[in-house]
Amino acid sequence: MDSRTNIGRVRGLGSAKHGGEHWLKQRLTAIGNILLTTWFVASLLMIPSFDQAALAQWLAQPLVAVPMILMIANIFAHARLGLQVLIEDYVHDDGLKFGAMTLLNFYVIASAVFGIFIVAKLAFTGAPA
Amino acid sequence: MAKNPNRPLSPHLQVYRWSPQMAISIFHRATGFVLATAGMMTLLWWLSAIGGGVESYATFQKYVVSAGADGTALQIASNWFFRLVALAVTFSFFQHLASGLRHLVLDIGAGYELKTNRLWASVAFVAAIFATALVALIVASRFQGVL
Repeated sequence: MDSRTNIGRVRGLGSAKHGGEHWLKQRLTAIGNILLTTWFVASLLMIPSFDQAALAQWLAQPLVAVPMILMIANIFAHARLGLQVLIEDYVHDDGLKFGAMTLLNFYVIASAVFGIFIVAKLAFTGAPA
Repeated sequence: MAKNPNRPLSPHLQVYRWSPQMAISIFHRATGFVLATAGMMTLLWWLSAIGGGVESYATFQKYVVSAGADGTALQIASNWFFRLVALAVTFSFFQHLASGLRHLVLDIGAGYELKTNRLWASVAFVAAIFATALVALIVASRFQGVL
């Protein structure tokens, strides 16, 4: 144990090298989203039929399931970073901010896992009757 | 901390004339929020309806796309709600994409001259509205038999 203040403990050590992490991740996921959503929109425009059997077959293909899983993961990662900034900018009460951040993390992780599970199940076990 | 309401305030948003550069900034946030919530929830519902089989996809179609001739009042109301959602999400997608691309250009240090900055902010809005209209036309021609 040392009795120095918090600022005294870190003064002179230099930066933690974490400063640019959020900013960089936001840009990297943005570029990923440009590629993946372009693929998704182009696919939607080219799908010949929107009935369930055709869509299930389409989604179960490896070359559709893999980009779809990547897109879900990447979008929710990007949404988490973006909505985190919204909360930091507009929610000023510490308790509310903590609650909002917790809800945000629950929302993005649960939604991403749900979406990925659906696509993976279709790809691995085939379309239900 | 007790706040004294009589303290002078620094000039804030309400004293400035709105410019495309200001509008695009707040639109980027608002459209991002729409995409992350309404956009992704609808996408996940669509995916889970596909994964759930014929019946679950029929439910999705009745509530989101078209209730059909024997649709209930709730389903027809829900159709109109989701048409608005689809329009909002489509516009949000293109707006967020256009202003996101603008941000990537700004991030490399380009486009800060006043006129250039203003021009590309306006271009992003026009591009988003144009792309939204194009998609609306394609969807209308494909599903409603318009065109």
